[in-house]
Amino acid sequence: MHLEYTVVEGDFVNAGTASSSVKKALKQLNVSPQVVKRVVVALYEAEVNAIAHAYGGKVLVDIDSDKIKMVVADKGPGIPDIALAMQEGYSTARPEVRDMGFGAGMGLPNMQKNVDKLNVSSEVGVGTTVEMVVNFV
Amino acid sequence: MAKLFFCVKKNVYLCNEEYCKYKIIMTLREVARLLNGQVLLGENRLDEEVTMGFASDLMSEVLTLKDTPMLITGLCNMQTIRTCDMANLEYLVIVRNKKPTEEMLELAQESDMVVITSEYSMFKACGILYADGILPLY
Ligand SMILES: Nc1ncnc2c1ncn2[C@@H]1O[C@H](COP(=O)(O)OP(=O)(O)OP(=O)(O)O)[C@@H](O)[C@H]1O
Ligand SMILES: [Mg+2]
Repeated sequence: MHLEYTVVEGDFVNAGTASSSVKKALKQLNVSPQVVKRVVVALYEAEVNAIAHAYGGKVLVDIDSDKIKMVVADKGPGIPDIALAMQEGYSTARPEVRDMGFGAGMGLPNMQKNVDKLNVSSEVGVGTTVEMVVNFV
Repeated sequence: MAKLFFCVKKNVYLCNEEYCKYKIIMTLREVARLLNGQVLLGENRLDEEVTMGFASDLMSEVLTLKDTPMLITGLCNMQTIRTCDMANLEYLVIVRNKKPTEEMLELAQESDMVVITSEYSMFKACGILYADGILPLY
């Protein structure tokens, strides 16, 4: 199954729409609740990042019988130092983002903890692509 | 070794099983009463019991939890509800007299949540619930 969503810069009201919809799809496919939680928590964090730190982008999801692959690709400022961004507590979040309940510098480390494969690639001034894979068994 | 929790009511340390045995578990109805709260959603679930609580205004912190405690928060926006949805948290207490919007309640309803608001501060709400036996996650 292939699913696609668009995320819009600064659109916090709709942040999480993609994750909610993926949650429903996985439940219908009888994926275990623990795995569903890992998938949607990671996807939600990535979605919020594209909305909070970049100028929006696309979420592409492919669900197979044994795994889910998610790609969150944004147009944005990019991440100059990915290793630094992956560190817990590192955040450049603007005050508006903090007011929304984000900006603790915990998103990327939490994605890492929840998925089986994480790949972050980024070009400064162009954008960031986060690829994640979660195996169902 | 079993984890010990300090039971303020009995002034002793108890392990989790004893805690449950002593029926220190509280219902959501009791939570709402103690916090002088208003039940905005989930009236039909008020007899369900709560053991664990977690308080935070940081949603990415909430998203790291493995357990599914009752969430006590002063953050009142769509992200509060989305976070609960992603983390499978069904019991939400919003403090500091913040009122959720219709849109938030609709979303919360979709995931069958219980939403209680209280005019108390975060500190006061947590203090009351802790003193009455709601357990911390850590
Ligand atoms: N899509 C992105 N585009 C540009 N910068 C990003 C992107 N994602 C993350 N970053 C950078 O990496 C930092 C760390 O990201 P991370 O998700 O771990 O924390 P955060 O978003 O700041 O806070 P939290 O996720 O805890 O709410 C961000 O503050 C930002 O500087
Ligand atoms: Mg983040």
